[in-house]
Amino acid sequence: MPAVQETVDRVKSVDVDAYKYGFVTDIESEKAPKGLNEDIVRYISDRKSEPAWMTQWRLDAYQRWLTMTEPKWARVDYPPIDFQDLYYYSAPKSMSGPQSLDEVDPEILKTYDKLGIPLREREALLGIPSSRVAVDAVFDSVSVATTFKAELAKSGVIFCPISEALQSHPDLVRQYLGTVVPVTDNFYATLNSAVFSDGSFVYIPPGVRCPMELSTYFRINERNTGQFERTLIIADKGSYVSYLEGCTAPMRDENQLHAAVVELIALDDAEIKYSTVQNWYPGDSDGKGGIYNFVTKRGDCRGARSKISWTQVETGSAITWKYPSCILRGDDSRGEFYSIAISNGKQQVDSGTKMLHLGKNTSSRIISKGISAGRSNNTYRGQVFAHRKAQNARNFTNCDSLLIGQQCGAHTIPYIESRNASAVFEHEATTSKISEDQLFYCMQRGLSGEEATALIVNGFVRDVLQQLPMEFAVEAQKLIAVSLEGSVG
Amino acid sequence: MLKIDNLHARVDDKEIIKGLSLSVKAGEVAAIMGPNGSGKSTLSYVVAGRAGYEVTDGSISLDGESLLDMEANERAAKGLFLAFQYPLEIPGVTTMTFLKAAMNAQRKQRGEAEMSTPDFIKTVRTAADKLGIKQDFLRRPLNVGFSGGEKKRMEVLQMMLLQPRLAILDETDSGLDIDALRIVAEGVNALRSPDRGFLVITHYQRLLDYIKPDSVHVLSSGRIVKSGGPELAHELERNGYRDYVADAA
Repeated sequence: MPAVQETVDRVKSVDVDAYKYGFVTDIESEKAPKGLNEDIVRYISDRKSEPAWMTQWRLDAYQRWLTMTEPKWARVDYPPIDFQDLYYYSAPKSMSGPQSLDEVDPEILKTYDKLGIPLREREALLGIPSSRVAVDAVFDSVSVATTFKAELAKSGVIFCPISEALQSHPDLVRQYLGTVVPVTDNFYATLNSAVFSDGSFVYIPPGVRCPMELSTYFRINERNTGQFERTLIIADKGSYVSYLEGCTAPMRDENQLHAAVVELIALDDAEIKYSTVQNWYPGDSDGKGGIYNFVTKRGDCRGARSKISWTQVETGSAITWKYPSCILRGDDSRGEFYSIAISNGKQQVDSGTKMLHLGKNTSSRIISKGISAGRSNNTYRGQVFAHRKAQNARNFTNCDSLLIGQQCGAHTIPYIESRNASAVFEHEATTSKISEDQLFYCMQRGLSGEEATALIVNGFVRDVLQQLPMEFAVEAQKLIAVSLEGSVG
Repeated sequence: MLKIDNLHARVDDKEIIKGLSLSVKAGEVAAIMGPNGSGKSTLSYVVAGRAGYEVTDGSISLDGESLLDMEANERAAKGLFLAFQYPLEIPGVTTMTFLKAAMNAQRKQRGEAEMSTPDFIKTVRTAADKLGIKQDFLRRPLNVGFSGGEKKRMEVLQMMLLQPRLAILDETDSGLDIDALRIVAEGVNALRSPDRGFLVITHYQRLLDYIKPDSVHVLSSGRIVKSGGPELAHELERNGYRDYVADAA
């Protein structure tokens, strides 16, 4: 409850162009030459001293990518991207791969301090023990620090940059990489497969409940640089892990590309809870600048009775193109998708999920809350599919859209396909506006127009906020208020 | 305390209030009665400062201070409270959260410190008990799925907590059965005090059996066409509004 008050305070304290993570860290970086060709792919692979099979994997992806075209079906509009005008690799010069925290450039540590991300374990330990979170910090193309690795290792949990995992656990990576999102999956996933630079790798051994929250914090700093991270999480039989990712970027006039791939694998009786608070720079109120967020996220409930749950709070990015999905392969497996997508200014969001029911008695649940303000467009696009062998598949979908103002749009595009007569799919959708009546009612009780809007919106998204780990729910609530700044009046 | 002088107001270019004058003194309960469409609800919205209700002439002041340039929330912080005819539902926001947000918003505007959480909870519980509101209602989203009577009771609860200088009750009796009406009226009566004024808007005399007014005003076609004591309400109950509607036309 106090968080509502914080939300309100935050709304009042920020200026119109409210993006508070827009600063640039002044640091020398080492970049690959501009553009993309086989040499660049080899360069990236070289920088990471990758095994030969990995280099070949990337090159195959690159060759495949050359034959592909950008998808055009999403309800978003942007000028063509010149893929030769980007840098595909950028690393802080002081770094040559992961190392101990004492060696991390103080400028980078300061950056994460400013972002409120604790990288020093000693300081993090001073906090309340239950809120301890292990962090992998990715700065442009490389991971700069991973905390609590030693402690996690005691329970057999592997949490490290994927570039490091390729050295220390190459067999695990090779066994699972690309098995959920194949190299050939889609234009951006294929591009990512060719040039991905870093990201997190997580392996939870059988029967282990990961002793703390894991999180990755992505920061794009360098100009004209794409970020292509790759995350791979494997929950072995009977294990559990809760994982959170956060994202920010400096305010820049030009658009920047972020094309990530996330693969989750849950074996028998395992559970993965994946939460995202995405706050990439959204561009200014006229739509100048901002991140293009073209992301492929997919979870595979490979084992029986496994469970994967996606929770996302999407407030940033100029364009969001993102469909965290679940393949419900194991019998009795379960997929969940909880989403809050907020668009303001000229932001464009085309987001949703796919629930692919393959196994017997599989169930899924989709709760999507879209909020559009300003001149933005917000589309929910979701697919629910039952294979002919998916006996007793169950899905419940609820998509609610809330409009603030007169110039924004909300669209709901569900695709529902069942090839098994025993499947039961339910779909509910509503579109509403914050009514003048509600606003006046709240204002008559003493709330300002913006306080009233924040309160009503927080109520609208409550079922989803409740899915987030406690400390992130408070953060997310604040973020929502800031994102809607200037949407009233 | 509340002084309305020669008020003209319009909604969507249509003039609804046409030269209305009225004053309510501290400690007074003034009743406004009138037929449907006479401008009763419009008057309450104009005084409370609803967007889209434009004052074209005249003045409204509370304690000598003009309200016209104030936003609705500023008027609320000055001590103006409107109990709605149709209280709004706020999905996902628990009653407790809403009450706290409202109380603290007003305190902040007045430069007062926020209420501590234990004090707040105690205050709300005490007030809720008086009105026979069960604790679990406070944990439910405000007014969502509440019956008409429960919503009106919630309005009175808010009034008790916000302790206004002047409270306007807009058709608070509508949709209430007799038991609910009595509980609501008792709540209002408990708040009567020498330094608080009430403007009770109603179509029927019934409510005034429970909340005894000091003065009664008849509103017709956007103006006060007759003022008098409590006996005027009884006269209206007997004869209806016919005489006054004709007068105004």
